[in-house]
Amino acid sequence: MSFASCDPRAAWLMRLGDTTLVLGHRMTEWLSRAPTLEEDIALANLGLDLIGQTRLFYTRACELEGGARDETDLAYRRAEPDYRNPLLVEQPNGNFADTMARHLIFAGFATPLYQRLAASCDAETAGIATRSARETTYHLRHAGEWMIRLGDGTDESHERAQAALDDLWPYVPELFEADDLDRAVAASGFGVDPSTLRDDFDAAVDDVLARARLAKPAEPRGQRGGKAGRHSEHLGHILAELQYLQRAYPDARW
Amino acid sequence: MVSQAPVDPVADRARAQRARLQAARAAAARVTDPEVPVLGIDDLGILHDVAIDEAGTVTVTILPTYSGCPAMGAIALGIEAELARDGFPEARVKLTNTPAWSTERMSEAAREKLRACGISPPERASGKRALFSPSPDVVCPRCGSPDTERVSEFGSTACKAHWRCRACREPFDHFKCI
Repeated sequence: MSFASCDPRAAWLMRLGDTTLVLGHRMTEWLSRAPTLEEDIALANLGLDLIGQTRLFYTRACELEGGARDETDLAYRRAEPDYRNPLLVEQPNGNFADTMARHLIFAGFATPLYQRLAASCDAETAGIATRSARETTYHLRHAGEWMIRLGDGTDESHERAQAALDDLWPYVPELFEADDLDRAVAASGFGVDPSTLRDDFDAAVDDVLARARLAKPAEPRGQRGGKAGRHSEHLGHILAELQYLQRAYPDARW
Repeated sequence: MVSQAPVDPVADRARAQRARLQAARAAAARVTDPEVPVLGIDDLGILHDVAIDEAGTVTVTILPTYSGCPAMGAIALGIEAELARDGFPEARVKLTNTPAWSTERMSEAAREKLRACGISPPERASGKRALFSPSPDVVCPRCGSPDTERVSEFGSTACKAHWRCRACREPFDHFKCI
């Protein structure tokens, strides 16, 4: 069993940070391209929350690890296999329904995760999670309202929203599969076992899908690997853009 | 021979330390939010603690607000500048996530100041609203009408949502409740 960091608490927080960084970066790709001005601002704010959470998770991870690395090292100086985000968050933005379906799934997972992490035995982590849970509650409402509007809208919007869910559902199981690292941090009272979050996720998502007249896709076997560092081709493209400056001008500061 | 009051160096030093601590706290409290300049960081509940150690070094502890709020860096720099101006050039600023900041930490005075500059203050009971429950009662900060509607849950900064008043037709910012 090898973790990205020798401290399991740090490795687990890095995984949360990788997840929010990659999704936050995806959100910034919408800048200037959203359907309306208000939505452009909303998507930028979703990304801002996620990147803010990333900085907090990374910084705490580095402190727990002993302080040899900092948030900049983690974000800009690691390669794809070092990133441990689930595959869902690296999936391309697609059309607006794809992005909202992805965000509904993410926020439906992250909100109960953060709510439970607010009881972490590490007070700093608990404090970060407390605030982050309130932020992702906004995300869940925003993505949920859009899915309802799209699903219960025109034939075209309904079709696209349903297709988005069907395409993304194979990435759902990975979110809730506990591995050795999840179990280790849950047992110590530091982290949360994601397999315990499925009921909360289903309750929130089922409510949205019912109002949206969208069908919940059948549970497929699923695509997995991101949490173990095995990624789809998309992550490399994201990192190429995200890390360009540090790779081209190592140690650049501004 | 003139009689002198007894000298107690320990008490004198403690008094001086207390005075310096008060001065440091006053300097830190002058810092305002760069996005909402009417609000001091004390009003906002961001200024958590000011401490002074034996050597006289001041440490100011602040609570970060919204995770991605870019104002935190500016606030930290502002605190260092204000303290340096008042004779504490070596002051340190520390961020802590414990306790977690929430809009409930804002003072009543802060809410009044927000209203006065056209921003509707956050409602109480942060994050306790059910997912699709009706919007909270947001009152127009300009005309006072409760007949308002949400334009977008996200606004010009991480802390604001975008609303409009159906009575006076003015758009306004609503401070997001977290």
